[in-house]
Amino acid sequence: MTVPEHAPILTIEGLDVTFRRSTVKAVDGFNLTLGRERFGIVGESGSGKSTAGRAIMRLLPKSARIEAKEMRFGGRSLPECSEKEMRSLRGREIALIMQDPRYSLNPVLTVGNQVAEAALLHLGLKGKAGRDKAREMLSHVRIRDVDRVMDLYPHQISGGMGQRVMIAMMLLAKPRLVIADEPTSALDVSVRHEVLKLLDELVRENNSGLILISHDIRMVAAFCERIAVMYKGRIVEMLTSLSDARHPYTKGLIAAMPDPRHPVRRLSTLDRSVLEALS
Amino acid sequence: MSETMIEVRDLDVVFDRGSPQENHVVRSVSFQAAKGETLGIVGESGCGKSTVLRCIAGLESHWSGEIHLAGRLVGKERSRDELKSAQMVFQDPYGSLHPRHRIGMALAEPHRAMGIGEGWNAVAGALTQVGLPADFANRFPHELSGGQRQRVAIARALMLSPPILLLDEPTSALDVSVQAEVLNLMCDLRDERTLTLLLVSHDLAVIGHMCDRVLVMKEGVFVDELTKDDIRFGRTHHEYSATLFEASLLGDDAPDAMARGAEAGFGS
Ligand SMILES: Nc1ncnc2c1ncn2[C@@H]1O[C@H](COP(=O)(O)OP(=O)(O)OP(=O)(O)O)[C@@H](O)[C@H]1O
Ligand SMILES: Nc1ncnc2c1ncn2[C@@H]1O[C@H](COP(=O)(O)OP(=O)(O)OP(=O)(O)O)[C@@H](O)[C@H]1O
Ligand SMILES: [Mg+2]
Ligand SMILES: [Mg+2]
Repeated sequence: MTVPEHAPILTIEGLDVTFRRSTVKAVDGFNLTLGRERFGIVGESGSGKSTAGRAIMRLLPKSARIEAKEMRFGGRSLPECSEKEMRSLRGREIALIMQDPRYSLNPVLTVGNQVAEAALLHLGLKGKAGRDKAREMLSHVRIRDVDRVMDLYPHQISGGMGQRVMIAMMLLAKPRLVIADEPTSALDVSVRHEVLKLLDELVRENNSGLILISHDIRMVAAFCERIAVMYKGRIVEMLTSLSDARHPYTKGLIAAMPDPRHPVRRLSTLDRSVLEALS
Repeated sequence: MSETMIEVRDLDVVFDRGSPQENHVVRSVSFQAAKGETLGIVGESGCGKSTVLRCIAGLESHWSGEIHLAGRLVGKERSRDELKSAQMVFQDPYGSLHPRHRIGMALAEPHRAMGIGEGWNAVAGALTQVGLPADFANRFPHELSGGQRQRVAIARALMLSPPILLLDEPTSALDVSVQAEVLNLMCDLRDERTLTLLLVSHDLAVIGHMCDRVLVMKEGVFVDELTKDDIRFGRTHHEYSATLFEASLLGDDAPDAMARGAEAGFGS
């Protein structure tokens, strides 16, 4: 099925996720229409950001109950896809850059073999061609000393290197939708800039959509065109500029950011009882 | 403030010595931290920060040089007392929690390992201290969010009230409001118990808020040292630290950062 140029890449309506043994919804009425854009999600720790991302990929454990009025990717209804169809979508058309990169990598495969395997799986590149592709992708994410690193196992690389290996692997097939869950939290600012540029290029060149989940509000605000703020499973606010923030949670977040130019002894924190009373 | 709690002399780390992958990761670094001080380490991804912390924590065996903790020379094998004096919060909370042990077990474990009682009584308090409900003790690590796991890792490092805390990106998975709570907690503990903190972070705002002094690391050596005021006023003494601070978005006031996106090269 062909999709018109400006049709949304992803449409989600009324997504609810509940984990067994829990009475509260981890994701509660999540709506999103994503085009060819950079879309940011910020929010409370535990507010359901990663769960929403995994629900789209259909990667949640069996203990999760998922309900949605609609979840469409391009012309497909995701809940109706067979597991086999999902496997061919994952990595090739939708990529999820996971929050715990070193944990998500295969511990018994070297970095080089792992990326080359993805090149074989998604691009059909065999042998030397696959390794060359892996080398190319790893240097794109600014891995120094690529040849040495290709032969290391995940436990032998640094936190930020793990994050970049994961990103290299996920961008390889130039997916139409990238969900990046805290992709740069272990990167120094200059490498982070390069990685964001790479994500940006992908979105532009392939008309892809990007969902960037991060706690770094400054970064998300600078990089994304729209931002959703999540609190307790719900999107409480949709912003195009942080200065429009109205919700007390968002305002609390902005106030809690440390700023060394204006040193304070204690950082301001959220008054959670006020927020409780609101919801 | 004169007593030295951490002293590192000529620490050198080489991985895979003699193989084609030989990697000289840390190159003869020396530094010290006084009792009650918070010392920061910043630097490029892969430059050796976590490796330095792991050597101090006694988790690495490929090093040479001298490490003194609380005035005592320590080796690669550590006694119980030596292990108790420095606790580490790992960069990967997932990797540091046993996947099949419930959170309560993970938190009680330090006490059991040290042979000082069961530790179960302290579990609930440890969880609420980092803003998590006490019934999370029954959950497994995969049933928590990234930031919840990171808070469990922090709670565990605090279990034995160690005089030295080695913190590797302790708040990178936390939203800024929870981060503020955790950082405030650490400052309170530091002030109450005169703890010494060694803090690795890529977040220069966190570093600036927490640290008395910061070491800037690049390719296995320290190239610069900054005071709190240096960070506040953006003063650096080395090209690399200047790049680091320029590239950070610290200069942007949060409310108008979005408008500056274009400037940063991300405009559409
Ligand atoms: N397998 C699971 N079983 C039970 N509860 C779960 C499971 N996975 C996640 N949860 C709970 O669901 C909620 C949402 O988790 P999620 O990982 O989506 O949060 P998040 O917004 O990504 O947070 P963070 O910013 O800390 O990563 C949390 O309260 C978490 O404890
Ligand atoms: N067990 C190991 N075997 C071989 N090389 C290793 C091992 N552990 C670490 N290294 C290498 O040491 C270097 C420094 O790693 P380290 O984890 O200390 O970096 P880091 O400064 O903490 O980086 P990041 O900010 O990305 O976490 C990396 O090149 C890594 O590949
Ligand atoms: Mg998450
Ligand atoms: Mg590290």
